[in-house]
Amino acid sequence: MARRKLKAAFLVGAIAMLAAAAQAEDRFGIGRPATPAEIAGWNIDIGRDGSNLPPGSGSVERGRAVFAEQCTACHGNSGQGGVGDRLVGGQGTLASPKPIRTVGSYWPYAPTLFDYIRRAMPQNAPQSLSNEDVYAVSAYILSLNGIVPANAVLDAKSLAAVKMPNRDGFVSDPRPDVHNR
Amino acid sequence: MSEHTTDKRVREASRRRFLQAGAALAGGSAIAGVAGSTALAEQGNNLPPSVPEWMKTPGDPMGSQPYGAPSVHEKGVIKNISKTLPQYISASGRTPLQELDGIITPNGLFYERHHGGVPTIDPAEHRLMLHGMVDRPLVFTMEDIRRFPSQSRIHFLECSGNPVYTKPYGKTASDLVGLLSCAEWTGVPLKTVLDEAGVQAGAKWIVAEGADAAALTRSIPIEKCLDDAMLVYSQNGERLRPQQGYPLRLLLPGFEGNMNVKWLRRLKVVAEPAYSREETSKYTDPMPDGTSREFTFYMEAKSIITRPSGGQKLTTHGFHEITGIAWSGHGKIKSVEVSLDEGKSWQQAELQEPVLTRALTRFRLPWHWDGTPAVIQSRAIDETGYIQPTLAELVAVRGLNSFYHNNAIWPWRIDANGEVTNGQA
Repeated sequence: MARRKLKAAFLVGAIAMLAAAAQAEDRFGIGRPATPAEIAGWNIDIGRDGSNLPPGSGSVERGRAVFAEQCTACHGNSGQGGVGDRLVGGQGTLASPKPIRTVGSYWPYAPTLFDYIRRAMPQNAPQSLSNEDVYAVSAYILSLNGIVPANAVLDAKSLAAVKMPNRDGFVSDPRPDVHNR
Repeated sequence: MSEHTTDKRVREASRRRFLQAGAALAGGSAIAGVAGSTALAEQGNNLPPSVPEWMKTPGDPMGSQPYGAPSVHEKGVIKNISKTLPQYISASGRTPLQELDGIITPNGLFYERHHGGVPTIDPAEHRLMLHGMVDRPLVFTMEDIRRFPSQSRIHFLECSGNPVYTKPYGKTASDLVGLLSCAEWTGVPLKTVLDEAGVQAGAKWIVAEGADAAALTRSIPIEKCLDDAMLVYSQNGERLRPQQGYPLRLLLPGFEGNMNVKWLRRLKVVAEPAYSREETSKYTDPMPDGTSREFTFYMEAKSIITRPSGGQKLTTHGFHEITGIAWSGHGKIKSVEVSLDEGKSWQQAELQEPVLTRALTRFRLPWHWDGTPAVIQSRAIDETGYIQPTLAELVAVRGLNSFYHNNAIWPWRIDANGEVTNGQA
């Protein structure tokens, strides 16, 4: 009885192996599995809905201090820009002859701010800020634009809940748009 | 006189002129770069009937240049990099299109755009991670990537901001559309690598991320990834240059340059785009009504005359070949038309084979310049029937602040002295 069971189990196992082999034949068997820890270390992109935002939080007040230390050299004392992009103002200018595109006037999603600051800023030392400081600087830049209050503390949930002024300002590509035939 | 006879006469004239110039050597170039012109000495001891000095002594021995460099007399043919950029970590450098022939851009002159500098990556420590909506998340070494069946294909690559819509417009072809190059790329079709991981149902996009200091991130529609997208490790026969993404980059033929992520370290298969900074606050095209177009991937059909072009000078009347390049992100170039009369009439240029999909195509038109001022320009028509528009036609639809995807016809003005300048300036 036990032997028969063993035999059956062996057969099932053999069939499974054959099936796996058949499937593997379609592949080259190149590369190795990515471990969850490896993926966690590199999987840094944040969705526009805030998905994948890490734990932690940061205040506008803390953000002001981090900004003064890390950001003003390129973006100016109050985000007015310099070597780096202007970050503040420009709301209401997009339909004018001189549109001013900033975080406040142009960026459609607030979580993108966290994503970009963490991955690329400050330019001389990207991925060096703690998650708390990235939340804080995001909060400070949003407060400079009047989008969150000066006493705001942002975390994954509250950053995702921020509605950016230009959220609905984007349209899909209609090209070819010039009809010259 | 039939057109055929005219063509034949032009060809004959061209051949004679070529032979004369070759025999004389001192005839000088009929087109001279105004800045880089090296006047040939008429009285030199190297000219006939004397024996040139480089025939009287042996040249450099084998091995004097383990990796070859251009002639010392071509030192002026370099990337066109502005000397007044606010910073050089996130910046671009242009291909000197007006100095090049054919359709392949030499690797050292390939245009560059990077957003966090050029990283120095040890290929032994570079990994590509493929994860997200796949059955088997995988990590690949560079050796792994090169084990896959390979392909080589010739494609152009162009930055979407090439040029902008507003003045001051550039002086040379390079100033205008030098964020454009073309190479033979070798790598593995992205589809092959995706099949290895098993893309799951519902996957619509792939987020690609670079291993540079900008960790540059763009979202690519899955259709493109399964079509002609490639993971590239070689360019024009040698490994990618660091400026082009060494050791691994994404190539999306016909899509705007920024999406062709360099130093590729990660591909994440997802249901919706990342809406990264690059694809929302940059690389979106502002319209006059305040809206902006997003996900404007394709580079539409375009062409430019590279000789004669801005900054050059016609030093003689008589025969000149007009030549330039045409390209389209939507496929092959069907025809190129050239106007010699400010756009009033157009004639077919000859296309140099091979005419490849999403590659530069070289065109030529024989021309006799009689010394009267002229405005010359080219327009490309691709296999979809799309005709390259004028700047006025583009601006009428998009306004002046659209910034990206300006594929306008660009005229060159030739004055009575033969000086060639930007016809829009």
